Amino acid sequence: MARSHVLVCGGTGCTSSNSALIVETLNKELEKQGLADEVKVVTTGCFGLCALGPIMIVYPEGSFYSSVKPEDIPEIVSEHLLKGRIVTRLLYQETVDEDQIKSLNETDFYKKQVRVALRNCGVINPENIEEYIAMDGYQALAKCLTEYTPEQVIQIVTDSGLRGRGGGGFPTGRKWALTAPNKAPQKYIVCNADEGDPGAFMDRSVLEGDPHTVIEAMAIAGYAVGATKGYVYVRAEYPIAVKRLQIAIDQAREYGLLGKNLFGSGFDFDVEIRLGAGAFVCGEETALMTSIEGNRGEPRPRPPYPAVKGLFGCPTVENNVETLANIPPIILNGPEWFASMGTERSKGTKVFALGGKIKHTGLVEIPMGTTLREIIEEIGGGIPNGKKFKAAQTGGPSGGCIPADLIDTPIDYDNLTEIGCMMGSGGLIVMDEDTCMVDIAKFFLEFTVDESCGKCTPCRIGTKRLLEKLEKITSGNGTMEDIDELEDLCHYIKANSLCGLGQTAPNPVLSTLRFFRDEYIAHVRDKKCPARVCKSMLSYEIVADKCRGCTACKRVCPANAISGEVKQPHVIDKSACLKCGACIEKCKFDAIVIR
Amino acid sequence: MKSLAELQAIRDKARMQMQMRKDNSEAIRVVIGMATCGISAGARPVLNAFVQEIEKRRLENVVVTQTGCIGMCQFEPIVEVFVPGKDKVTYAKVTPEKVPRIVADHLVNGNPVMEYTIGSVMK
Repeated sequence: MARSHVLVCGGTGCTSSNSALIVETLNKELEKQGLADEVKVVTTGCFGLCALGPIMIVYPEGSFYSSVKPEDIPEIVSEHLLKGRIVTRLLYQETVDEDQIKSLNETDFYKKQVRVALRNCGVINPENIEEYIAMDGYQALAKCLTEYTPEQVIQIVTDSGLRGRGGGGFPTGRKWALTAPNKAPQKYIVCNADEGDPGAFMDRSVLEGDPHTVIEAMAIAGYAVGATKGYVYVRAEYPIAVKRLQIAIDQAREYGLLGKNLFGSGFDFDVEIRLGAGAFVCGEETALMTSIEGNRGEPRPRPPYPAVKGLFGCPTVENNVETLANIPPIILNGPEWFASMGTERSKGTKVFALGGKIKHTGLVEIPMGTTLREIIEEIGGGIPNGKKFKAAQTGGPSGGCIPADLIDTPIDYDNLTEIGCMMGSGGLIVMDEDTCMVDIAKFFLEFTVDESCGKCTPCRIGTKRLLEKLEKITSGNGTMEDIDELEDLCHYIKANSLCGLGQTAPNPVLSTLRFFRDEYIAHVRDKKCPARVCKSMLSYEIVADKCRGCTACKRVCPANAISGEVKQPHVIDKSACLKCGACIEKCKFDAIVIR
Repeated sequence: MKSLAELQAIRDKARMQMQMRKDNSEAIRVVIGMATCGISAGARPVLNAFVQEIEKRRLENVVVTQTGCIGMCQFEPIVEVFVPGKDKVTYAKVTPEKVPRIVADHLVNGNPVMEYTIGSVMK
């Protein structure tokens, strides 16, 4: 048996910062120093602190090494693994407190986190079913099949208060209860792993770090509603997730945890993967099912709802990855345990992908009701470079902004809806004072215009018109009427679109109009971009008093827009200026200003 | 998979091997001096003997770690055993042959092996 386990993150984040090479180097070095039999190297899923990858944890000490490079490996092996001397300089600095080394759970990033959906991510080897079983894996399925009736299982999920984590927040228990009574020769469980919001990656991390939990939960859902077949619809851009999920399915079949007559109960269940090509609209439940059926991924009108007529015309339950990851712990710990976390109408925890202007970009799981301030300032480590917090964007292209004066809002489904925002799948993009809110709205509209499937007119043409209006405003040609028309058009698109994509596409515009209307007005009336982002409204000028005539700016200007003699003040030709900012970076005398 | 018992058998076996990944402050700690002096006096076979013996007996609440030189190089390999709530016990000149008795008497039954402790060895 190994006396030490070295866990290296093999999630997409750390893989892109070369963790695979770390594992390879580590194995070679252990071989070289004769420790291969004593130390076990385990590739795990995401630890969440992606900003500091590649991440490595050494047990039994629990030492947390961050930003590890291949050249650090010989030192870690000879010092720590052979002689037991922890390499302090490579430790995550938050865990080093003067001479003391703190446990990871005491650091600001992890202290307030409660990991339910991510409980096994970064703990187990996702490619080894026995490690999942060691963490009580498949116990929940066994308990359901041997102790509970399908009705009891649905009751437990209903009592827990679990709501869909993919965006809509529909109660999971009710979804199951609506599907169960419908008689049909075949029913289906579909797992929605078509994570499309820019910046959100919790579903990918669960599939990469703990694929068996999704399989187990799908089998439980199948037992509850009477379905024997499941599909996981995952985007092909997630190669690591697809690979690990397939390994997990194969292992589950080998162990008899998928297939016929599970636990001698007479219940059969099997799962297959379907790959998506990455269209945003395929995350919408009816479009997703149309895509699985082999057709072009376009939504269809509801009703009939999937619970009645879903995949291949049969009753279907569709749940998101994170929702499913909550099911096994709910069964094992009871619905009261789950309902004890969170707020009145939003129970349990939620995973957020922190991104944008924040120190600790990464994945965090917190109880519902945690305030935005706690997430940003404590867990996220605050805004870098001493900048001021301006707003946070949740829900991606379907969501909205939370402005700085609402930073103490407890985050749950209803509070977010109330302020015109949306939980969405949990992307949380933090913006500082250098962000232009009109530009942000434009960014998301560019995304929805690209991703609109084109089936219904309000979405196909409406979003395009919205984008054109925003472009007009940001280029300095907008009028006050444009702002009003923008708002009217938003409401029209929301009311008339066929599916969730169009119905929510105007949200970024409506939300920024609500909280940052003055910025729109500044763009239109004063022809100014307060955050100095919209290029066409900026003008670069040289302050003659400060300019020493060093010619540095003149030499770096790619458009030859700067003229002037040596030791004489220079001048920028505004008609030739590209507003690239190269001159400002070069100027040593702060003589160039943006107006 | 035919029964819950079968699943639990797999779980219990796998759990043993993952024991060390827990944050466990209640565990008994066996700390072996693994500086140059310790290694040259034969600390590595001692370390491995502890790991094997603990696995053989399926002890779940024991963590084996290393440490550096504590300054009494002539008594290496030195092994310190920390049982929560009790005084530290230091064994000196430990050999792999002595390990099974330390594990059985001290770790399992709570009786330090007096004749192997540094006090007895120094006499």
